[in-house]
Amino acid sequence: MANSATREAYGKTLVKLGEENKNIVVLDADLSKSTKTAGFAKAYPERFINMGIAEGDMMATAAGLSTCGKIPFASTFAIFATGRAFEQIRNSICYPNLNVKVAATHAGLTVGEDGASHQAIEDLSLMRSIPNMTVICPSDDVETEAAVRAAAEYYGPVYIRLGRSSVPTINNRPGYKFQIGKAVVLKEGCDVSIFATGIMVSEALKAADALKEKGIDAEVINIHTLKPIDSEAIIKSCKKTGCAVTCEEHSIIGGLGSAVMEVLSEECPVYVKRIGVMDKFGESGKPNEVLKAYGLTSENIVRAAEEVFSKKNN
Amino acid sequence: MSRDIESLKKVAVNVRQDIIEMITESASGHPGGSLSAVEILTALYFGEMRINPENPKWEDRDRFVLSKGHGAPALYSVLAERGFFDKKELMTLRKIGSMLQGHPNMNETPGIDMSTGSLGQGISAANGMAIAGKIDNKDYRVYALLGDGELEEGEVWEAAMTAAHYKLDNLTAFIDHNGLQIDGPITSVMSPEPVSDKFRAFGWNVIDIDGHNFDEIFKAIDMAKSVKGKPTMIVAKTVKGKGVSFMENNAAWHGTAPNKEQCEKALSEIRGCK
Repeated sequence: MANSATREAYGKTLVKLGEENKNIVVLDADLSKSTKTAGFAKAYPERFINMGIAEGDMMATAAGLSTCGKIPFASTFAIFATGRAFEQIRNSICYPNLNVKVAATHAGLTVGEDGASHQAIEDLSLMRSIPNMTVICPSDDVETEAAVRAAAEYYGPVYIRLGRSSVPTINNRPGYKFQIGKAVVLKEGCDVSIFATGIMVSEALKAADALKEKGIDAEVINIHTLKPIDSEAIIKSCKKTGCAVTCEEHSIIGGLGSAVMEVLSEECPVYVKRIGVMDKFGESGKPNEVLKAYGLTSENIVRAAEEVFSKKNN
Repeated sequence: MSRDIESLKKVAVNVRQDIIEMITESASGHPGGSLSAVEILTALYFGEMRINPENPKWEDRDRFVLSKGHGAPALYSVLAERGFFDKKELMTLRKIGSMLQGHPNMNETPGIDMSTGSLGQGISAANGMAIAGKIDNKDYRVYALLGDGELEEGEVWEAAMTAAHYKLDNLTAFIDHNGLQIDGPITSVMSPEPVSDKFRAFGWNVIDIDGHNFDEIFKAIDMAKSVKGKPTMIVAKTVKGKGVSFMENNAAWHGTAPNKEQCEKALSEIRGCK
């Protein structure tokens, strides 16, 4: 499991869950091969509902299924789930607090070649703003399986953000535990806090290694749950380090950066630098090329960390 | 529960009075499209649906989704008349802290099966309930009520495809075809006509009726139950504001509350029908 896309882990976990819990049903909008729900469709055709290219209808149908005791996982690309079907998610799923899991793949810039129309960089912001919604953004395959299982066990709407491209496995260690709303300290440090989510967690770890060589001791915290956010962990870390960097494959508006700054501004104001998409649309290219072009790299995290670290000391 | 037409007509008179009184009291709400749906809702809750007011979440109950959520006053009144909650609650409509929200909320009001209000979404949710029934081999039926203006929402047609594709013969939907929406006649705002032909073309069993005639409503409901492999759409021709002369066929009463004087006039007209 060295390199694998989180959508792959999602598909595999669904098949296992389908066996364990007969109430799990899966809906897709003509993208089952891409979202990886096709495995579930093959294993449990009677519990797989292809909705065609109709995301709004899919979300409200999932809501209806959940009122009858089903646990629907509704999947499509993040842009269509949270953009096209935003209002169905808001009014038909979250307002009645129904037990629907929106598992959206192809989030962020690493959609790559398909370009801006398919690169959701606003989904975390949109989902985070809806009452009753839980928002999870796993960092690798191990965490994806844990998150999907946790979402199935939890009652209520959950948004799970998944990616198209392979990412390194970083959580395959003994004692790994996933708890909704509980941040994970991956590396302790006392000079700067690096908060990362999703595929940027592995970049944050790389950045911490590079910072160590420059004499800066960074703390790396994986915020896999953006909502409810682990305020306690964020405040605790920043009280120690006094400055922070946030890293996400998402717009700097409304996602992890905003969530962390909301917590810090109220409880522990420190210098924060956000690494993310700078309020502009993505573009076509190989996933790694796009990430580099938009500054979502460990090098950029290092620069940001140095900046806040020096501001703190001046 | 009975299909005795004379007693159902009396219930309908009570429901119309409730609608006028509660909207007057709240000084806010949608009388026109509530009054046009009274016979359909009365027929379903008093003469057809398998429900238990003592156990509103009963797993094997028939379900109802008010896809035209702004018709909530009619549904609230029917639920209260049917014993789901105390009629006194009706006078709290739309007030702060009330369990009777402006649009239906399934977690606040006993008997509401789905929260609705944003047009087009309720019919999709009803499909979900019908699909769940198919997966579980349950024999409950799912009912939904749409507005004719609501048909302008694209999601209705997505859902129309879904219901036919998945052969949801356990679903019966109604269109409250009163011909008016907020900005005027549906045919001048954005015509969804020919409504019946469209649903037929989408693969539905379609029945056209007079939506104020209990005999026709029950006949259509029974026909729908006998059809296999297709969902049924009952296109119910209705009069917006039915029962109150100055509200009838007048789009201005879509979302306007009567004042005290108009309320008294409306109530005396409705009582006159008893």
